[in-house]
Amino acid sequence: MNTIIIDTERCKGCYLCIEACPKNCIEQNGRPNASGNYPVQFVLASECIACALCALVCPDVAITVFRHVKEAKTADTAMA
Amino acid sequence: MSKVIFERPRYLCDKVTHYCAGCTHGTAHRLVAEAIEHFGVGEKAVAVAPAGCSVMLYKYFDVDSVEAPHGRALAVGTGIKRARPDLFVFTYQGDGDLASIGLCETMHAANRGEGITVIYVNNAVYGMTGGQMAPTTLLGQRTTTTPAGRKHDNEGHPLKMAEMMATLEGVLYSERVALYDPKQIRRARKAIFHAFEVQTKHNGFGFVEVLSACPTNLHLSPVQSQKWVENEMCAAFPLGLYKDVTAKPPELPAATPEAEVNGVSQGTCHAV
Repeated sequence: MNTIIIDTERCKGCYLCIEACPKNCIEQNGRPNASGNYPVQFVLASECIACALCALVCPDVAITVFRHVKEAKTADTAMA
Repeated sequence: MSKVIFERPRYLCDKVTHYCAGCTHGTAHRLVAEAIEHFGVGEKAVAVAPAGCSVMLYKYFDVDSVEAPHGRALAVGTGIKRARPDLFVFTYQGDGDLASIGLCETMHAANRGEGITVIYVNNAVYGMTGGQMAPTTLLGQRTTTTPAGRKHDNEGHPLKMAEMMATLEGVLYSERVALYDPKQIRRARKAIFHAFEVQTKHNGFGFVEVLSACPTNLHLSPVQSQKWVENEMCAAFPLGLYKDVTAKPPELPAATPEAEVNGVSQGTCHAV
């Protein structure tokens, strides 16, 4: 499954990623981090298309994006 | 199976920046760090840091750095590049640093065509010192030193550096980009990569002006400040390529007798 990992201690709560996400997969977290900022959290993981727009706009580079890829076909299945 | 498609670049330190929430300095830092990694210049790169919000840039880039006196980043960069031409030298400067106090050093380094890459972050205000008017402040923009808005008859017009750089013979590449949405960030990435290439391939002066948002001093939310850059700032500072002498000239179709005839007739039409 596509997923993103948000470094909540790095997040300053500018919410540019919420604005950028086309699938509304990111929302504000109600719990502050150690710096007193309210970071974002990843919800609706099933909707994520791994477009990486959230990571692209994040000024604090707090988001890592993972895309689901299918297992490489073995030689036998590829032949069939 | 999952594949990482976006992660922190190698040359960006694992440190939380001191920038305010929504400040696009962080995005510009990331793009520069990606360019350092892409061109493989990490071991021989020297960053010249300015005075301004990005004064502590040496903490954030995993490359050698020099802190220049206010505005004199390109004078320091010139010294480094002339003493060690094998190094990759880039400066990262704000608008108060490059376009105000350091304008003299900037213009002369550009005019000499030093082999330095300049990343110029224009946020239309003096950010670090509390939001005073910068040379790039827009007409009508309220700052702490222009509380009624900037007026051209008293404070002059916003200074357009990308256009000024394009007029100088020594500059090989000058472009203005913005960071207000993903599309513009991709364009900015391309421009910064090209400016790096101008130095690595042609040893020339490459200049990229990056329009950036300062939510704190604009008194807007981060999202609103990006809209402000898109609507207000891009109107005053048109985005685009102003000079690129490294680009290949467009290929013209082979001249045929007919084309020559058409050319003459078009010329006549033009004269009429």
